[in-house]
Amino acid sequence: MSNTTALETKEKKRSALRSELLVPALAVLSGLILGAIVILVSGENPLLAYGALFKGSFGNPLDLIGGLQTYFSTGETRALLRAIYPFTESLVTATPYIFAGLSVALGFRCGLFNIGAEGQFFIGALCSAFVGYSIQGLPMIVHLPLAILAGALGGALWGMVPGYLKARFGAHEVVNTIMMNWIAFRLSDWLLNGPMKSSGFRPVTPNVLATAELPRIFPDPLRFNLGFFIALLAAYAVYWFLFKTTLGFEIRSVGANPDAARYAGMSVIRNFVLVMALAGGLAGMAGTAQVLGVDHWVGQGFSAGYGFDAIALALLGKSHPFGVVLSALLFGFLRSGATNMQSMARIPIDIISIIQGMVIIFIAAPDIIRWLYRMREVKKEETVLTRGWGS
Amino acid sequence: MKKLHFVMAMFAVASLILAACGGGGGGGLKVGMVTDLGGIDDKSFNATAYAGIQKAIDELGIEGKYLESTQQSDYAKNIQQYLDEDTDLSVTVGFLLGVDTATAAKANPETKFAIVDYSYPDCFGDAVEGQSCGSATEMANVLGLTFQIDQAGFLAGYAAAGSTKTGKVATWGGINIPPVAAFMIGYEKGVDYYNEQNGTEVEVLGWSNEANEGSFIGNFESLDDGRSTTESLVQEGADIVMPVAGPAGLGGAAYCAESGACMVIGVDTDWTVSAPEYADVVLTSILKNMNVAVFDAIKSVQDGTFKGGVYVGTLANNGVGLAEVKGASDELKAGLDAVRQGIIDGSIVTK
Repeated sequence: MSNTTALETKEKKRSALRSELLVPALAVLSGLILGAIVILVSGENPLLAYGALFKGSFGNPLDLIGGLQTYFSTGETRALLRAIYPFTESLVTATPYIFAGLSVALGFRCGLFNIGAEGQFFIGALCSAFVGYSIQGLPMIVHLPLAILAGALGGALWGMVPGYLKARFGAHEVVNTIMMNWIAFRLSDWLLNGPMKSSGFRPVTPNVLATAELPRIFPDPLRFNLGFFIALLAAYAVYWFLFKTTLGFEIRSVGANPDAARYAGMSVIRNFVLVMALAGGLAGMAGTAQVLGVDHWVGQGFSAGYGFDAIALALLGKSHPFGVVLSALLFGFLRSGATNMQSMARIPIDIISIIQGMVIIFIAAPDIIRWLYRMREVKKEETVLTRGWGS
Repeated sequence: MKKLHFVMAMFAVASLILAACGGGGGGGLKVGMVTDLGGIDDKSFNATAYAGIQKAIDELGIEGKYLESTQQSDYAKNIQQYLDEDTDLSVTVGFLLGVDTATAAKANPETKFAIVDYSYPDCFGDAVEGQSCGSATEMANVLGLTFQIDQAGFLAGYAAAGSTKTGKVATWGGINIPPVAAFMIGYEKGVDYYNEQNGTEVEVLGWSNEANEGSFIGNFESLDDGRSTTESLVQEGADIVMPVAGPAGLGGAAYCAESGACMVIGVDTDWTVSAPEYADVVLTSILKNMNVAVFDAIKSVQDGTFKGGVYVGTLANNGVGLAEVKGASDELKAGLDAVRQGIIDGSIVTK
């Protein structure tokens, strides 16, 4: 008797998980289909467009085979590198997405809506760049971690301010993180035109020293670097922190029901500040990975809105670190492949934003997907993403 | 669920088929342009440069396209995309692409490049090649397209001084960098020249050649900043304003259109065409004919006469110019013609 019940729960659990994964997958699929319709309506061929998108994000399998053959017969790596270039570029694009997505997801878990990831991204990048170019004569083993740490701390500080304002004065974090974004943008304008400007007339920082660069795995022009692996580590660390530690449990409790958490003796205030600082640090790391791994300098227009896309990522990933990694990979592949789509099929890159937007709508309103694909509703507790005003 | 599997399977099959085909394309010279962050429809810089490619598509039968950059790490990636496609000529737009263009050009000496508003060598002082600057030497496969914009700025200053009713004209810029300041330097010189010739005392607000400093809003995007800066200059008495800030300058035009207190001088393109909603308050426009320069560069590649180095657009070769001045008296028109002639034959110095 008890045996069957256990089996039943197991089965229930499995079907819940399946529905959990199925809805995002179907949302993505529907987004792509709707994107295809938009392309079709604008008079282009969606098959051609998505073919170019696929090639741009994964590379052409035939090129890969050819590259491998050349490599094994002649030892010449150029063709092989060219074949894996698109795939590695997608991972490069996904890297800041992973960090920024983790940042927003961590906030959601505590019931906090961190719209400030974009500002924290800028501050992190600027701090890392500063340490990267201004401190000379250090060996890499010291300089690189120092530059990474600077970015994380800068972002953490930027995130902590709204966290503290919320905890101490009840000021809503949505308003304050948006404010902090603008302060970060204007601050970086000023820094790039003033104290942090490199010699020459361009409003950009000097390049970081070679000892502060995240090592690249392949020779130029492949930009794939250690940052991607650090991002994966960060995702695991966030998972471990949230689900395997007491503090993580507290944070999730505060997110689920702050009153109950307070009643149970947990400090809501401390958790708000802590989570916003950690979230800020993660978003800062996104900027760090970008400047130390890819660009090596910061100029105006350093970010293409990673911090804002991160909100969508966290939603798509259901605020779970592994879900965030998967959605960051998806966004990375879409964004990166879009270059080839734009060039080969003449489709504006904006179509990617449309697809992303559609996916988010479907995620935010899963009933559309359930209705569209005739799925049965699975009863389960919903993760609280964020609470409304004044709660 | 069955239906769903079918849909997914169809999708997978479709993506495989199209992954296998695709590519191809017609013959002709392959030209690709990489925009800066302004995007292809910025009504200024990138749009004008692309107009040159468009003209080459129509008249020379080339195969032309563009890639938009949305962040700085896109520059290198977009250039690489064209290298992978064996593009004959890559046109990069703006000084922000200066380093990435040079790096790619050095690694691929057989591919030709043209960069708008930039030129090599660009390494001075303690700049490090490949990092803070692009190249210490001229490259045989790169043509820098530069513009002697102070010549057109001079004409605009002359026209403004001849049109003002308050005796004060103004200018402001996006960021204080040489390509922006060049407009303002010529502008003030033009006003000075008008004063000299006509015994007037028209004043310039927002820029001073003596101090080499002026009003800058710190960016090229914020229409609000452009609007408020224009407003304060008008409150100081100016009735003609020249904003040198790409799209942000339109904020100034909006203010003039609403208040009726001022007129603007457009930059880069003819604003009566590119921003027709403000046509009534556009006194004239400084034309930076990037389309002409880009078209000529493409033509030279097709003719096999392409040479690396620097192209300089001037009044003489129609690389820069001034659009028609609204409400100009015959006297002012004659004066402008004389000045234009003087600049071309070198008797008037504009910088």
